[in-house]
Amino acid sequence: MSDIVEIAGVSKTYASGFTALKGIDLTVRRGEIFALLGPNGAGKTTLIGIVCGIVQASSGTVRVDGHDIVSAWRKARSLIGLVPQELTTDAFESVWNTVSFTRGLFGLRVDPAHLESVLRALSLWDKRDSRIMTLSGGMKRRLLIAKALVHEPRVLFLDEPTAGVDVDLRHDMWQLVSRLRDEGVTVILTTHYIEEAEEMADRVGVINNGELVLVRDKADLMREFGTKRLSLRLRRPLAAVPESLSAWRLELSGDGGELTYLYDARDARGGIGEFLERVRAAGIEFTDLGTTESSLEDIFVSLVRRRP
Amino acid sequence: MNLEAIGAIYKYEMARARRTVTQTIVSPVISTSLYFVVFGAAIGSRIQSVGGVEYGSFIVPGLVMLSLLGQSISNASFGIYFPRFTGTIYEILSAPVSPVEIVLGYAGAAATKSVILGVIILLTAGLFVPLHFLHPVWMAAFLVLTAITFSLVGFIIGIWADGFEKLQIVPLLIVTPLTFLGGSFYSINMLPRPWRTLALFDPVVYLVSGFRWSFYGIADVNVAVSLAMTALFLAISLAVVWWIFRTGYRLKT
Ligand SMILES: Nc1ncnc2c1ncn2[C@@H]1O[C@H](COP(=O)(O)OP(=O)(O)OP(=O)(O)O)[C@@H](O)[C@H]1O
Ligand SMILES: [Mg+2]
Repeated sequence: MSDIVEIAGVSKTYASGFTALKGIDLTVRRGEIFALLGPNGAGKTTLIGIVCGIVQASSGTVRVDGHDIVSAWRKARSLIGLVPQELTTDAFESVWNTVSFTRGLFGLRVDPAHLESVLRALSLWDKRDSRIMTLSGGMKRRLLIAKALVHEPRVLFLDEPTAGVDVDLRHDMWQLVSRLRDEGVTVILTTHYIEEAEEMADRVGVINNGELVLVRDKADLMREFGTKRLSLRLRRPLAAVPESLSAWRLELSGDGGELTYLYDARDARGGIGEFLERVRAAGIEFTDLGTTESSLEDIFVSLVRRRP
Repeated sequence: MNLEAIGAIYKYEMARARRTVTQTIVSPVISTSLYFVVFGAAIGSRIQSVGGVEYGSFIVPGLVMLSLLGQSISNASFGIYFPRFTGTIYEILSAPVSPVEIVLGYAGAAATKSVILGVIILLTAGLFVPLHFLHPVWMAAFLVLTAITFSLVGFIIGIWADGFEKLQIVPLLIVTPLTFLGGSFYSINMLPRPWRTLALFDPVVYLVSGFRWSFYGIADVNVAVSLAMTALFLAISLAVVWWIFRTGYRLKT
């Protein structure tokens, strides 16, 4: 089976002359949750817009489940659900009508039972007859998700699904995404919240200045960059790392007052208990200790900073 | 053909009309009645008849055309402009809906509303003056063709406009003057020579003349010419709409 989304050489130069995307190549695998990270203006929404048919690419090709979005646009689009970044709704319509409308656009008959299940899943059932303008921001966000899911898409784009959403709703959203994954739906989301990508994504792509800087399995990424550090503040400065500790990955600060042990939390061999015993056995006393962990955020910041 | 999608857009637009029934139905009926009071009763009492038709009856086709053009344009332009303005257009652009289907939904709904409105105006007119349809089939044809054509024009305006004031400009500055000058309330044969020639450049002349012919059998220009011109306007509108979608003009960035 082919990958569900195949983006090849996609560039976009807006009418203003601004180049928002520069030759993006990206494949998203069937059934995975892919997080697209990047600072404001990186080109995330533009890329999603191209795949969904809202923005015209200046060059390059996109296939969704093997269907080219230009030559087989109808088939490609029928597989996609999109939750836009902005809360755009028709204020005067009722929840029920707007969701039925979307289903109709995708060529499907209104199926009251299905509509009900979608609205219930997003806790909007009680609001089905309300006009959209009477909903709160979080409800509108859920409504947009309901609209994106009502035609049972195979690929769901969530453009900043949790921007301006409270903690509870954010966790609901995460649950929803993992439920969708269980149903085999591929989810591509953009976010500024690194913890969101850390929590949900199988793979992470980082986009900056219209270029895809990196695409990696989240687990690999965390392993590669995700080193933990245990720092000991020493009672008496050391001139050098003692011979008995040479088997451990250690760093001694310039003044010899701080000893740092670098380890991988996922690595069974790297237990800090044993290390601390060795330290004591070596006669080293310490006054304080602390651990730090590089998060996806650190990785992200270092990647984005590296390129001007 | 995604028939469900056409139906969804059509139904959505018709529902919008039900919400704004005052604006779409009541106000044209009131303004039509006022035209009858002013033109029919006040002025009409001084004009005996035009081409053998009593003046009050003579202006009915013109009045219907006036509302038909105005409402087709404003309905269709607003229908497509509003989602562009709010951003909900993303839904339509990202759905498996072809340009033709989008146009059928939006312009179709606008044209339907206009035809309904035209019929309501005719019924209103029937309260004031005796009505007479010599060629009812042709009358229906002119009514429907004009409604469709100007709904397409409205659709084009709704896509071209980048602000609410632009939505108003074309109807206000172009369509209404052309309708008044186009023989809605008089026969262009009543104009002195140079003006009459000039009036022939006004497309509305052909619409009103043909439409009036279907009522009373009198026309300013040959009815075949009227029909050809109506068809030509339709073809031009279709071509522009086709171009818009082919290039993504103002719909896609
Ligand atoms: N219609 C447009 N015309 C001109 N430039 C545009 C247009 N839309 C977006 N841009 C520019 O393209 C760049 C990428 O925008 P885009 O919306 O894709 O960024 P993003 O990664 O989604 O940012 P954010 O995280 O803020 O949502 C920005 O510099 C933006 O100003
Ligand atoms: Mg964005």
